[in-house]
Amino acid sequence: MRGEGRGRSSSSSEGGRGGRGGADKKDDKKRTLFRRRKVCKFCADKIDDINYKDVKLLGPFVPERGKILPRRISGTCATHQRKLQTAIKRARQLALIPYVTE
Amino acid sequence: MSESRQYELIYIVASDATEQQVTDLHTQVEEIVGRFSGKLEKSDNWGRRKLAYEIGPHKEGTYVLEVITGTGELMKEIDRRLRVSDRVIRHLTVRIDEETQRIERARTLRKEDSQRRRVARGLPPERQPGEGPQRSDDDDDRFGGDVDEAM
Repeated sequence: MRGEGRGRSSSSSEGGRGGRGGADKKDDKKRTLFRRRKVCKFCADKIDDINYKDVKLLGPFVPERGKILPRRISGTCATHQRKLQTAIKRARQLALIPYVTE
Repeated sequence: MSESRQYELIYIVASDATEQQVTDLHTQVEEIVGRFSGKLEKSDNWGRRKLAYEIGPHKEGTYVLEVITGTGELMKEIDRRLRVSDRVIRHLTVRIDEETQRIERARTLRKEDSQRRRVARGLPPERQPGEGPQRSDDDDDRFGGDVDEAM
């Protein structure tokens, strides 16, 4: 029991130092791609106002197909993704952004 | 009398409508606002824009934005009128007062915070010209490029 606990704590401190955790695990053989840590664009750039009229701002979050870019890909935080979602949906109603593109 | 609130109204006028008809619509809205003793804060004509998708036969439309302070009844009446009008192909009303307040609050908080920290570091409270990183939006490579790799 004790030995197990010690082992765990030492391994976690190793992983923690890297910052970009998980990179030195098994799957790193498959993926040698360097993965950049995602940040929420709105938090980083301090954008308070996610407005449906601002098509230029919403653009990167609506890829060609017209779907809303999921959080796991864009890295947007929950609060801002929610605001983004309403903004995109409003913009769609006003034909500023397409619903679907074939 | 019910409470006064701030709303934002956008409507799209069919592209085959003349300038005169667009102005007429605007005066109509203005008239309703006046009748319900509301206030027209701002009016902005975005001009003709291509629609992102076709709405019936329309491919283009003239966008008009109005910021109105007034009651819910006022907006209800405008909504009804725009719905009836066949020149207007689409319209949207959004209540904005709470959101504007929230944004305002967030901005002042952030500004005060940065000023306090700057003073604590012995700097003038305002950022001087030429200070800090100079970068444009185009340098931002966090979005776009590596997106489809994760799919």
